[in-house]
Amino acid sequence: MSLELHDVSKCFGPRPAVERLSFALASGEIGCLLGPSGCGKTTALRCVAGFEALDGGRIVLQGRIVSDRNVHVPPHARGVGLVFQEHALFPHLTALGNVEFGLGSLSRPERRARAVETLRLVGLDDCAEAYPAELSGGQQQRVAIARALAPRPAVLLLDEPFASLDATLRERLAGDLRTLLKSLGMTALVVTHDQQEAFALADQIGLMREGRLEQWATPYELYHRPVSRFVARFVGRASFLPAAPNGDGVLQTELGPLIEQGAGSGCGEANCEVLLRPDDVVHDDDAPQRGRIVDRVFRGANFLYTLELASGRRVLALVPSHHDHRIGESIGVRLDTEHVVTFAAGDAHV
Amino acid sequence: MSSFPARAAAATTVLLLAVPVAVPVLSAFAAWAAPAADVWSHQLQHVLPRAGWNTALLVLLVGVSAGALGTTLAWLVAAHDFPGRRFFGWALLAPLALPGYVMAVVFAGALDFSGPLQTAGRALLGDTWRLPPVRSIGGAALVLTLTLYPYVYMLARVAFESTGARALEAAQSLGLDRRAAFRRVLLPMARPAIAAGIGLVAMETLADFGVVAAFNVDTFTTSIYRAWFGMFSLAAALQMAALLALFALVAAGIERRLRGRRGFASQRSSGGMLQRLRLSPGQGLCAAAAASMVLAVAFVLPLAQLLAWAWQHAAVDLDRRYLGFVLRSVALAASGSIVVVIAAVALGYALRSDRRTWLQSLGRFASVGYALPGTVLAVGLFAPIAAMNGWMQDWLDVRWGDAAPQLALQGTLLTMLLAYLARFLAVGVGPVESGLARIHRNLDEVALSLGARGPARLARVHLPLLRGSLLAAAMLVFVDLMKELPITLMTRPFGFETLAVRVFEMAAEGEWARAALPSVFIVAAGLIPVWLLARRFTHVT
Repeated sequence: MSLELHDVSKCFGPRPAVERLSFALASGEIGCLLGPSGCGKTTALRCVAGFEALDGGRIVLQGRIVSDRNVHVPPHARGVGLVFQEHALFPHLTALGNVEFGLGSLSRPERRARAVETLRLVGLDDCAEAYPAELSGGQQQRVAIARALAPRPAVLLLDEPFASLDATLRERLAGDLRTLLKSLGMTALVVTHDQQEAFALADQIGLMREGRLEQWATPYELYHRPVSRFVARFVGRASFLPAAPNGDGVLQTELGPLIEQGAGSGCGEANCEVLLRPDDVVHDDDAPQRGRIVDRVFRGANFLYTLELASGRRVLALVPSHHDHRIGESIGVRLDTEHVVTFAAGDAHV
Repeated sequence: MSSFPARAAAATTVLLLAVPVAVPVLSAFAAWAAPAADVWSHQLQHVLPRAGWNTALLVLLVGVSAGALGTTLAWLVAAHDFPGRRFFGWALLAPLALPGYVMAVVFAGALDFSGPLQTAGRALLGDTWRLPPVRSIGGAALVLTLTLYPYVYMLARVAFESTGARALEAAQSLGLDRRAAFRRVLLPMARPAIAAGIGLVAMETLADFGVVAAFNVDTFTTSIYRAWFGMFSLAAALQMAALLALFALVAAGIERRLRGRRGFASQRSSGGMLQRLRLSPGQGLCAAAAASMVLAVAFVLPLAQLLAWAWQHAAVDLDRRYLGFVLRSVALAASGSIVVVIAAVALGYALRSDRRTWLQSLGRFASVGYALPGTVLAVGLFAPIAAMNGWMQDWLDVRWGDAAPQLALQGTLLTMLLAYLARFLAVGVGPVESGLARIHRNLDEVALSLGARGPARLARVHLPLLRGSLLAAAMLVFVDLMKELPITLMTRPFGFETLAVRVFEMAAEGEWARAALPSVFIVAAGLIPVWLLARRFTHVT
């Protein structure tokens, strides 16, 4: 394992910012800590970087303990690369100077060669002599990545690397970054609040909430098998519909029956609620169940309709964009769910 | 697009305000263009090399030592935690309240052969023990360093603190420890601020008259003064003033060049405040001791000495004349600051309402007078006004003969106020412009759409919003004028004595202790803006 966190805890005053956080990244794997602001994900990253001392647990970097109750290797001796949200380029150095900055152990020609090579890697070799103020936001971000990569760190840490960029740039850059990291076999840990970014980048995503890891899973698992309503709501759009188990693995809902899968569905004999993604609710004019459109958002390729069912419950439905219906109309819907995920009824906060 | 009358009014305002700066500079340079009319100009050949060498050496010494002292203290306070850090944070600004010439008086008196330090030294170490002479270029450099380092300290500290934690963390993540990160990242990033601070120190050193006069060091400023009052040669004084003006304008221009194309300003602070390094108890004590020592030498001990002397001499000296000194100083400073603030508002308003490029540049030129030493402005304004006075007198004499009134414009408050305006307009413009900048242009347009234009808009929208800035501007100018020495000394009407002039005269006679009483008044006034500055600092931290 390249990076391991075992029960890592960090408090600011009485408030725990990170509580018993554990996960591991294999060499070359890209992990991502996802969560709303204030969930402790950046603190976790700063613990790994060495800017915060731990209150409990330990951090192991390539088999070496860098943080625990007694050990605290200072940031400059950890060999981790760091990309900040605001890039934090040194304004008094050129792009090349920034990339050379962390290469103090090399001879001057080696340093130059390595920096040029790394700048070429991020596609900025023709901007080597520019100062940060002369570069665009996207270019600054790539210089920041090159600067962190140049010393060949054991792990690359990225704190909201795309937050200060245009929304249009983000997705493309996230894809580019993943390709780059994979080609280098670089182990990386990214912190973000944006699930699209996390999906585009990561092999493993850890969803954090109030300092704790809610779920550590692949993007696919996280979307289709969320362990809590919180995860379901944070990752993608979610609506919940009451379901009654009839005992032989079939759940009866207002929109028709669902086949319960496996044991992990969490629905015992009591009533529960089933998670419906917008794409689980399919528009079908022949369907007996109907929903009244109370809100609609045009999204280009499709509409996102909010439907009110006969019971008053609301569900989201993703409908191809040629089905243009007005608010107030009723349309027929049925369920087309591959992954049935249920939660105990009532405890809406879990 | 504004109307023609509005544009004409804006242009006229800016042009008029540029005159008090342009005239002295032009008249000084014109003195070189005219052939050397009198013998004193030839004697100048002997004075110039020494004055030039002394001035350059002094600027170098003070710039380097104030830069080093200010930057070190700023780094200590901004990035470390030690006992008394909060106190030192603002207390280290206190020396700003001591004008250089007051400090010079204290040092000259206390370190004199018969002063307390040397007397005690001889008693302890034998009769042959001597201090190096304080009335020397080294002594002047020491005094100027101690009074001027706060400029560097203030700007460097703000720079360190606003750089934020990110840059330091980025350097640490790239393998640098804290010390190396300071040297390679924070120091270079703060360089524009430090350079600006040293630039201010250099300008103040070039302009200094009181300290070098008290210590008998021949520089440009004292040579100008002596050429005029010793040799009564306005031409020689003007020629020297032109050289000094050149020096000062070059110094003011260097800092702009230093920035290059790096666009430091575009870098916003990020990552919150710099995390302060908690020093170990031993290191902390050393830090506190070092800061205390600077504070003691630069402020506490001089002030204590001043108070002691003032106390001794108050019984004899504190008579009705003192009321006159104080009243004249206050009246002069008050009228000067009113003139400057009105001019600053006019300038700020004209530049805000009319964005033509040439007008903007001319507006910046109008406040360049801050870089011009008072001696330059004094002689530079005196000469043309005296000439004008002559022409008008001739005209009057021709017209009325013996019945013509006698004019003496040059030795009046008018000359003084014009010189003050030229020198201190920038001090007033700073707060006024930043105040105006905070008033969003949308507000102007809203006011306009509701029918408030021109003076009505100024009175009903801008002035109420600007009140705080105007007060700050007036206070800053007031204190600068209370301390001001060379302009007051050189352009005052005959026999017009203020507190600053009184200090100078006592110092000139070597009556150090008797200079203390007027000094105390000046220091008391000077503490007001320092207190305000310090309060703003403690809000920041």
